[in-house]
Amino acid sequence: MLVSNLEFLPGRTVVRHLGLVQGSSVRSKHVGRDIAASLKNFFGGELRGYTELLSDSRDEATERMLAQAQSLGANAVLNVRYSTSSIAAGAAEIFVYGTAVELAD
Amino acid sequence: MNGLLLQAGSVVALLVLGYLFGRLAEKRHYRRIIAREAQMQTLPVVASRYPPEDRPYQQQLVTGSVVIASDYFKAFLAGLINIFGGRVTPFESMLDRARREALLRMKEEALTLKASHVFNIKFDNTRIATGKVEAMEVLAYGTAMIPAVETGESVHEV
Repeated sequence: MLVSNLEFLPGRTVVRHLGLVQGSSVRSKHVGRDIAASLKNFFGGELRGYTELLSDSRDEATERMLAQAQSLGANAVLNVRYSTSSIAAGAAEIFVYGTAVELAD
Repeated sequence: MNGLLLQAGSVVALLVLGYLFGRLAEKRHYRRIIAREAQMQTLPVVASRYPPEDRPYQQQLVTGSVVIASDYFKAFLAGLINIFGGRVTPFESMLDRARREALLRMKEEALTLKASHVFNIKFDNTRIATGKVEAMEVLAYGTAMIPAVETGESVHEV
């Protein structure tokens, strides 16, 4: 499955347009991590625990989007966009969406 | 009275610690960023939506992200600046670092794929607040253009 945030692929033609596909994931970290992060907040710097959390969450959302695209019979998802929002204290939603298409080989 | 002094003392101690550690971390981070940027200069990152068509490419989405927290001193200073308004410089440098770091991580991923360009770069910032923690996530993503391996002498037209 080809995933790209470009709108078209040079040299490849889109045979079928299958509509919007999307995937999302809401995750939060356990309290221990939050406490560790709040300590880090005094001295500044990267919060590795949160970086990993959001990155894993993004992978999961992408997988869900790809599963949806696969079930539609697509072989590529174009014009992919990510969006993140913090929806409650300690939880973030990651949303991925794109256009599922079928490309000619 | 004693309790009040203790409280003021701990705030001052946190400010000093935050300032020292925060500055040290920022300096070190900038040094690392500049070194890696020089290293990865050969990979152009383009904000254009139109990919090159000079030869066949494979494409793949690449991402890089970082969650960065401010230190106690920066947060305090930002609070002061907030009263009078104006440029909140302590946060500007923090976000600059985060954005450049995210871009570098994305480039690292693209380089392991042997990409020649990364097209259509997008940035996404999110404030992450858990009550006690104030942090920002910066995400950079784009499409890595990987030149297809040439089988013949000439580049094949597609």
